[in-house]
Amino acid sequence: MTKQEALYNYVLRLGDDSLILGQRLAELCGHGPILEEDIALTNISLDLIGQATLFLDYAGALGGEKKSNDDLAFLRLEKEYVNALLLEQPNGHFGDTIMRQFLFDAFRKPLLESLQHSSEKELASIAEKALKETKYHLKHSSEWVIRLGDGTDESHDKIQGSLHTLYRYSHELFFEDESDFLLQKSKIVPELNSIKLEWEKTVKNVFEMAGIALPENDWKFEGGRQGRHSEHMGFLLTELQYMQRTYPNMEW
Amino acid sequence: MVNTINHIWSLLEEVYDPEVPVLSVVDLGIIRSVEEKNEAMHVTITPTYIGCPAMQTIEEDIQTKFEESGILNFKISTSISPAWTTDWMSEKGKKKLKDYGIAPPQNEPDKSLLFAEPIVVPCPRCESSDTKMVSHFGSTACKAHYQCKQCKEPFDYFKCFK
Repeated sequence: MTKQEALYNYVLRLGDDSLILGQRLAELCGHGPILEEDIALTNISLDLIGQATLFLDYAGALGGEKKSNDDLAFLRLEKEYVNALLLEQPNGHFGDTIMRQFLFDAFRKPLLESLQHSSEKELASIAEKALKETKYHLKHSSEWVIRLGDGTDESHDKIQGSLHTLYRYSHELFFEDESDFLLQKSKIVPELNSIKLEWEKTVKNVFEMAGIALPENDWKFEGGRQGRHSEHMGFLLTELQYMQRTYPNMEW
Repeated sequence: MVNTINHIWSLLEEVYDPEVPVLSVVDLGIIRSVEEKNEAMHVTITPTYIGCPAMQTIEEDIQTKFEESGILNFKISTSISPAWTTDWMSEKGKKKLKDYGIAPPQNEPDKSLLFAEPIVVPCPRCESSDTKMVSHFGSTACKAHYQCKQCKEPFDYFKCFK
């Protein structure tokens, strides 16, 4: 594997995580539980789709097949998407949406903090830009985890249940393979061990304030990074790709 | 040639942000450079927020403004690094924002602090400091939603972005 191929794989993961979570949050447009949250969640969706545009643009240039960001977003097969399984999980109730967001934001922020100093200039500049918004996202999702966990009995039980369901998907955020190792060796990307320490610190701190506990079992689900997705992914892609599949090459 | 570059800047002063139409693109601080290369004018712009849907409109508006003014040999490109910050907004721009009813960005602590108290944003209408944040996220990605407890009016706050 060449450095360029490894970088393509790596950037595609960053782009797909943003794209798929952005799509999930966009489903809430007009369906948020309260007006302010409807606006907040779709704002975050817009940021994530903006990130996906830049990452997939960059991946397209690295890939050598002259694919545009739209080609990558709309015209791949399910097994070619490499987002983590966590991000394609359905919105569920508001607690599920917030918990999925929090587990991801707490990972994405330290990752981008590190990537903004990458020796690959394009990667560094996208990370620098995306980090500013990600700080807001993490603030928002942390505050809600605490408010729900430390709220009524019902909200506490619901958010505890969300953590119980989603925690098993969070381990995959730290998935590494030879693409990572090759880039880590040339100091282009950080080792995910260091990011995991940061993630655990944030997660522990926020769950303590929220009064919720990590599940006792240690189940781990993975596969998304290798293109093996959960059953939800097909439905998500059907909606995401509908226009391009129905009217190929259409533009706004 | 200095004259021409100055002329370009003054034309850009007349191109407005489609979402906050009192601010020119110069006030907003999104024009990163104006340079002359091989007799063509090169203008570099930067997005405020990564998914800002206004970027394309802004680019088209600049294009139209140049063409109307007889400037045909130009190139507009986008750069994302260094990333835009509200520090690049002009003082004149901040005043215009306030007059328009949007509270301009205040100096805020770093967003990395997860649980800092929300900062005091004075009401752009009645100047009262007795206001509360309703939501981090407002009508566009760059604004938060506040309410004044004195005059009861809701207002937008242009978030400090660093």
